[in-house]
Amino acid sequence: MLRLEKRPSPSAFWQKASPFLAVILTMIAGGIMFWILGKNPVEAIRTIFWDPLFNAQFASYSRPQLLVKAAPLILIAIGLSLGFRAGVWNIGAEGQYIMGAIFGAAAGLAVYPVESRLIFPAMLMAGALGGWLWAMIPAVLKTVFRTNEILVSLLLVYVAQNILAMMALGALRNPDGGGFPGSRNLSQIPAMANPEMVAGTGMHWGVVAAFMAVIAGHVLLQRHLLGFQIKLAGQAPRAARFAGVSPARLVIFCLGVSGLLAGLAGVFEVTGPAGQISIDFASGYGFTAIIVAFLGRLNPVGILFAGLLMALTYIGGELAQFMLSLPSAAIQAFQGMLLFFLLATDILTNYRIRLSQREAA
Amino acid sequence: MKRRNLLATAALGLGLALGGGAFAQGMDKVKACFVYVGPIGDGGWTFQHHQGALAVQEAYGDKVEIAWQENVPEGADAERVLTQMALSGCNIIFTTSFGYMDATNAVAAKFPDIKFEHATGYKREHPNVSTYNARFYEGRAVQGHIAGKMTKSNKIGYIASFPIPEVIMGINSYYLHAKKANPNVELSVVWAFTWFDPAKEADAAKALIDQGVDVIASHTDSTAPLAEAAKTNGAVIGFGQASDMAEYKDGPRVSSIIDNWAPYYVKRVGQLMDGTYEQIDAWEGIAGGEVEIGEITDKVPAEVKAEAEAMRDAIAAGTYHPFTGPINKQDGSPWLAEGETAPDGDLLGMSFYVEGIVGDIPK
Repeated sequence: MLRLEKRPSPSAFWQKASPFLAVILTMIAGGIMFWILGKNPVEAIRTIFWDPLFNAQFASYSRPQLLVKAAPLILIAIGLSLGFRAGVWNIGAEGQYIMGAIFGAAAGLAVYPVESRLIFPAMLMAGALGGWLWAMIPAVLKTVFRTNEILVSLLLVYVAQNILAMMALGALRNPDGGGFPGSRNLSQIPAMANPEMVAGTGMHWGVVAAFMAVIAGHVLLQRHLLGFQIKLAGQAPRAARFAGVSPARLVIFCLGVSGLLAGLAGVFEVTGPAGQISIDFASGYGFTAIIVAFLGRLNPVGILFAGLLMALTYIGGELAQFMLSLPSAAIQAFQGMLLFFLLATDILTNYRIRLSQREAA
Repeated sequence: MKRRNLLATAALGLGLALGGGAFAQGMDKVKACFVYVGPIGDGGWTFQHHQGALAVQEAYGDKVEIAWQENVPEGADAERVLTQMALSGCNIIFTTSFGYMDATNAVAAKFPDIKFEHATGYKREHPNVSTYNARFYEGRAVQGHIAGKMTKSNKIGYIASFPIPEVIMGINSYYLHAKKANPNVELSVVWAFTWFDPAKEADAAKALIDQGVDVIASHTDSTAPLAEAAKTNGAVIGFGQASDMAEYKDGPRVSSIIDNWAPYYVKRVGQLMDGTYEQIDAWEGIAGGEVEIGEITDKVPAEVKAEAEAMRDAIAAGTYHPFTGPINKQDGSPWLAEGETAPDGDLLGMSFYVEGIVGDIPK
């Protein structure tokens, strides 16, 4: 019989290895699901994990697309991971992402059609401000009134989505768009566009920012007193308080940084890959980033790889749907399995599995 | 059109190379690809597009290969999906929702040899982008007539998706004909801001029923409004939208608008094969077979059914246009004079309600 036995201390090996085990288990369980659906499981797994990277027909396009898809996930997840480490639960990055895009797009469109090199940086600042302000609402409510930041930040996502619809239909609607909803296409306006720096590489400013965030996150956590305080507050809140860490300051800092980064991700997206403020602009990056943060073990470098892996399942999943006529629900189930196995294998960090004899009655 | 086809075919028959080449050459085998905004199982909009795709397969057998992708979000992801389709060797790509407009044009620029067909949009920025739509407002006229005759509370409802011209013209057509059939009728519009979200659509239907509405039309893709109406034990009726939704025939569904994309898809893929393909802006209605009125059930009195069918036939014959003056705008200013019919341009950019509808179009 299988039995779980608590480890005296968390296993360093399994902390690193469990994500890999989760990916392997996902492949096995997913393969069984694809097989039940009447598809060749090996072909399906290969299409999802291999073709986007190495298929001669697609790879030259889909490899750079991995960066495009992963960049906002990584940028948002880095911000979230700081809070998650400190026990500050910002679940509303999606709303901060939307508000960042709206603020950024509004700043640019306000001066349309002025052409100036200063417009794009100004939009970035406006977007960061938008995300930061939206995150400050749960932060202030928590520090002043002790409200639960999980609920407030989550519910503000729905507020943001409605503001988005309002903007797409109203204030930011393209006046030359014949009454159709949606703003001007920012990616077609040189002063506001966030194009690929080198054609065909997928590198845009958002990707650069994501890499910078990874480095900054790493330095903060490894080398900086604030990083130490964040880790301490999460692991031992009482000890942190005795050590002079102000909980209110940490809440403001963690929510502020994650809101700011989510807001930036929003501007990069709206000026680049998405192109315009539209009713469907929000694509769930803010929620997926939560998975990415945990998949990456709340570690900046881990998040970098987790973001790329998540992007791979999206792009490979699209290919599998299209090439093998897999239903999109099967791909979503596959991605769900990944999170499920990740959480399930997590138990190996703190417990070990023992085979034991059934005790005699 | 016919003349041009003839000329093109003749040119091909003589083996003359037409300028440009790409459009004039036929193809032996075509890969036709389809991008869907919802799941094929929505029972409405996407389901019907997929039926059209299957009809293409049926019509040409192994000379055509079809591929599709469902649940593609309208936004940044659409462009990637389209590019991957183009790279995989699709010869013609049908993008079946309004929100794919910019993505379709952007990808079309990169693949000039691939044909792109965008449903319900208006941007044709490149010679390889065509647009197609159906005159759904013709079907709405027939529905409006039935609604006006059938309502007992004199309150009829409409679940609208997004405030774009296509939806607004449907609401106007529905209301005008309900009003003509029953001068006391009042219309409530609920905006769902989604094409497909059964939960939201059901909520919208519930809100309408709570207001005393007893006939519901919808411009969203799922069967949820009918399912909601079915809970009222026959007090509330509705219509199948996009697809016949025949499973509700014994319940609330009294008729339907069926989008039949098959003739258009079969025609366009056929043109690509025989070399007569050209860029077009297609807008067919009941006459062209793209808009069908689903069976009107026995719940509707024979007399009303006969009137509705007469209207359908008159529209098909071209003797009646659903927007025939005098019609005023909501603010009372004149739109169409006595006997004047609406020009297509007015309809395609429609951003106002007609006189008598209460409420504002969301801004």
